[in-house]
This record gives sequence, structure tokens and C-alpha cells, in this order.
Amino acid sequence: MRCRGVTKDFGTGGSLTRALRGVDLDVPSGELLMLVGPSGCGKTTLVSILAGTLEPTAGDVTVLGQDLVAMSNGRKVRFRRENVGFVFQAFNLLPALTAAENAAVPLLIAGWGRHAAIEAAGAVLDELGLGDRLASLPSELSGGQQQRVAIARALVHGPRLLVCDEPTSALDAENGRITMELIQRIAVQPGRAVIVVTHDARVYAFADRIASMEDGRIDSLTAGPHAAGSA
Amino acid sequence: MLWIAWKMLIGNRAKYLGIVFGVVFAALLIAQQASIFCGLMLLTISQIRDVQGPDIWVMDRNVQYVDDIKPLADTELFRVKGVPGVEWAVRFYKGIVRARLEEGSYEQMILLGIDDDTLVGAPEGVLLGSVADLRKPDAVIIDKVGYQKIWPGEPLRLGRVFEMNDRRAVIVGIATASKTFQSFPIVYTRYSQAVLFAPRERKVLSFVLAEAAPGETAAAVCRRIEEQTGLQALTQRQFVWKTLRHYLAKTGIPINFGITVLLGFLVGTAIAGQTFYLFTVENIRQFGALKAMGTGNWTILGMVLFQALQVGIVGYGVGVGFAALFGLATKSFGRLSFFMPWQVLAITGVAVLLIVLLASLLSIRKVLVVDPAIVFRG
Ligand SMILES: Nc1ncnc2c1ncn2[C@@H]1O[C@H](COP(=O)(O)OP(=O)(O)O)[C@@H](O)[C@H]1O
Ligand SMILES: [Mg+2]
Repeated sequence: MRCRGVTKDFGTGGSLTRALRGVDLDVPSGELLMLVGPSGCGKTTLVSILAGTLEPTAGDVTVLGQDLVAMSNGRKVRFRRENVGFVFQAFNLLPALTAAENAAVPLLIAGWGRHAAIEAAGAVLDELGLGDRLASLPSELSGGQQQRVAIARALVHGPRLLVCDEPTSALDAENGRITMELIQRIAVQPGRAVIVVTHDARVYAFADRIASMEDGRIDSLTAGPHAAGSA
Repeated sequence: MLWIAWKMLIGNRAKYLGIVFGVVFAALLIAQQASIFCGLMLLTISQIRDVQGPDIWVMDRNVQYVDDIKPLADTELFRVKGVPGVEWAVRFYKGIVRARLEEGSYEQMILLGIDDDTLVGAPEGVLLGSVADLRKPDAVIIDKVGYQKIWPGEPLRLGRVFEMNDRRAVIVGIATASKTFQSFPIVYTRYSQAVLFAPRERKVLSFVLAEAAPGETAAAVCRRIEEQTGLQALTQRQFVWKTLRHYLAKTGIPINFGITVLLGFLVGTAIAGQTFYLFTVENIRQFGALKAMGTGNWTILGMVLFQALQVGIVGYGVGVGFAALFGLATKSFGRLSFFMPWQVLAITGVAVLLIVLLASLLSIRKVLVVDPAIVFRG
């Protein structure tokens, strides 16, 4: 995945905000890239563009060999359905669905039958240590458990790009650590790029590389502790 | 995905009931008012339908509906009888008389005079006494509801006497009759007797009832009667519709009911639309998340329409069910006329469909424009 000279403006005229000011970034598959920086520096905007949910104002974005800028809206929807997994800060689980049903949603969107989808989702939840909470509603789960359901949902359809926006900021330190460990251990695989947005210094240890953002630009790109440790 | 839509919808019971309530309200009001309207219309034609047997009604050219009596000369009976294709024809008197009860009070009644020889037009369901007793002097049969209206709380009893036009009338039978628009008691008697009970007039014959000969259609015979006599001849079905058309076109009844039905429609749309829109707004992040995860706009549209239809179906069922219960309840009181033909159900169904489609329009717009990127915002 690569982007070159990506800019993004919100609003027009006097109220124009330049959220991205020419971002160049390459993310190879098989590693966990952490995107860090102060609040409002453009992290969410950047990953939204990389995940195909937001149009850049200018620049080139190529993800998994496909040119996102040139892509039609319908093809982008399909691109997200097939290739992207999302973990949000606010979990965004459907409150009326059980853990297994929530985790099955991407498969249902892809057209799987309900029973097969829920069964497959159950297997992923099991791997994430929630095998005994399959039938629980989100409201019956702790924040950490809900985020694990969200991770299961992001991984259930085997996406080649996983985007996590502040996955630990709604969690306490212990749950944040568990969440990052799970992402690190289960999500990061050959053939899959993982981008984790965070401004939580406690979790930097899990990064293969750290891209540091400031005011709409990436101002440094360093090897993370995890890469250093395993090298 | 429709399954997810369904789960989203019923996930919050209170909200779901709120949305359904608007549709129930509209369906109930529309079905109930339309049924009362149909019941009223049925009342206007009950006296035509109560006459079993003859299929042809002959009357003055200018008669507009069944209660619009324009008397004919008695000799018209023979002219009708003389028309080829008429198997038989009899006289039928219908009028409103004032009866003086033994207690000294007065009561308006519908007087029906049926053919002396054949008793064509006699009531079908005689509860007490017999039709044959009508041949006795001064004999009348009264309808049960009318009897109970005149003598409330008293047991049904034959032999009671009252006066019409200063002439004695004796009750020899009590029968069931369909309710009428005027809701006066109905009194049956022989034609020769009826003209004595009625105020003296130059012409008294209200209708000639006739039957087409075998092998002839009633409509063809009607045409022939009209050509040869200059009178108006209608099949029972034609007379029913002529009467209905009169009440539909010349009275305020359809407008009154139409306004109520329209109000039900508008209020139902407003309630359902508002609650449904709120429901969509509250779930907008869920729709946004589904879109981010690759759900296309058509699927999202289908989900919202499916939710709207679910609400419509449940609301329709409950609303029409309540309307039917209301009908049953009023039936046992015997007061209101209530008639729910399949057309009422169909019209209510179409109205409900329109309501939920209108109600979902705003919601559809909302979910279609929602930017999937909102799910990244806290
Ligand atoms: N939808 C939007 N409309 C207008 N401005 C926006 C919108 N989204 C983000 N911004 C602005 O863009 C800048 C970067 O935002 P964001 O990418 O959310 O930062 P971060 O995720 O690093 O906190 C901020 O100044 C923010 O106010
Ligand atoms: Mg952010």
C-alpha cells in the first residue's frame, strides 16, 4: 500500500480546514504500522482514505495494487467488503445482535448464509478468548470484551488490510494491552497490512514501525520496538 | 441483511412499539370509519335486499332511491303484467306512518304492504307467529328491534294492538328485519290493508315487483317494461346501486367519513414518519458502520424499506384486528352499523403501505447520504 502527496481539505472558503498536507507513506504487508501523533493532526482522516471510506482532495492512493482514487463508488464498496477490516474507537457493534452475530456481519454482507456465518464468527471469537460469550449482547460485555468482538468482526472475512482507529483509548491499561496483544498475535499475518492509529504511548511497544504525524504531515518513520526486539 | 434489519428494528421494544403505534392508529381509524361507512350504506339498501324473490322493481321515472316514494296509479300493475317476458307482478306499498300506541303515545313506523294473494315481500325470519296469519283481519307483523324500541324491556308478545290512521292493527307475528337508515320499526301487512293504514291519497302504489319469465334476463325485461309503460324498471342490483349512488353523491355522508379517514391517514403518517425517522437517526452509526464494512446503498435502501414494511404489516394487522373487535363489540350492542367487506381491508392495506413508504422517505434519504467515515468519529 502506498500513498503519495495525499491532501485532504474539509469545508470551503473561510472555514476550510486542511487536514492532510501531502502525505507520503508505504505500508508493506505482514507488518503492524502504528500511526501516532497529537489529536487533530489528521490520523483518522488518513486511515479513512486508506480504507476507502473517504476521498482525498489530491494525491495518489494505491492499496493492494488498486488505485483508490480512480475507483468508482460501487467498486469501492466492494473493495471495502472484500479487503478491509475495521476496528473503531467506539466499537460500533450492533446492540441488538449477539457477539457471534456481530462478528458475523462482514460475512453476512458478503452474502454468506446466516448459520455458516455465525459459526465461522464463533470460531474467531473462540480464538480471541470469547468462546463462552458468543450469545451475549454487547450491553452484557465489558469494554475490553466488546473491543475483542469488534476485532473478531474485523478479521472474520480474512481482510488483507486491517485498520484500527484508537482501538485502546476507550479501554483501561490492562484491557488495552490485551487488545494490542491480540491484534499483534492474531491479526498480523503475512499478506495482511495492519495499521493502528493511537496516541497511547503505552502500546507503542507492539509496533513494527511507527509513523509519527504532526499537523497533516508524517514527520518521522521509525522502526518500532517490536521489530527491533524480534530482529 | 434483512435479518439484521429485522433485529435492529425489534432490538429496542419501546421504540418499535412507538413506530408501530402510529400505523396501528391509522389502520384502526381508517378501517373502523370505512366499516361504519359501509354499514351505513348497507342500511340504505337493506329494504331492497330484504325483499326476496322478485328481481325486478318497477317505479316512477323520477325515483332516485328506495325511500324516494313517488306513488303510481294502481292500474300500472296491469300494464306491467301485460309486458311480454313478465312471469308475474305484484303490488308493494312502502311508506312512513304515524302509529298511536295503547299508551297514547305516537311512534313513526315504516309500513310495508305486500301482495294479498302471494304475500311476496313478507319477512323471512319470523320469530313468533306466522306469515300466514297476515291474512287475518287487521293483522300486522312487526320487526323485533322495532318491537323492543317501542316496548323496551318487555317480552315479545303477540296480540298487542295499536292504531294507524285510526284503524286497529293487531300484531300476529314478530320477525327479524335488516336495520334501516331511518331506524323506525317496520310493520308488514297486506297491501289492501296497508292502503287503509296509510293516509288517504289519490295514488298509493309505491312499487310493482315483478319476475322475468324463464329464459328471459331481468335486464332485458326491465328494458321492455320501460319502453312499454314509460315507468322506471330496475333489477334489484341496479336499484341497489342507484340508491347507493344517491347517498354517495347527494348527501354529506361520504365527505364526513372521508375527512375522518384522511385525518387518520395524515396523523398516522406523521406519527409513523416521525418515530421512524428518529429510529433511523438513532441508528445512523449502525448504518454507517455497515456501509463502511462494504454494504452497498441498494442493500441499505432495502433494509430501511424492509423495516418500514415490517412496521406496516404488524401495524396493519393489529389496527384492523382492533377495528374488527370494535365491530364485534358494537354488534352486540346493536347500535352502530358496522360492515367490513374485503374492500375495506384492501383500502386500509393500501393506505398503510402509503403511510410506511411516505414515513420511510426521510429515513431513506438520511441513510443514503450518511458518510461511512462517521464511524471513525468518536
Ligand atoms: N468531517 C470533517 N469536517 C470538517 N473537519 C474535519 C472533519 N474531519 C476531520 N476534520 C478536521 O481535520 C483535522 C484532522 O482530524 P482527524 O483526522 O480526526 O485527526 P486525529 O484523528 O488525528 O485526531 C482536524 O482539524 C479536524 O477538525
Ligand atoms: Mg482520530
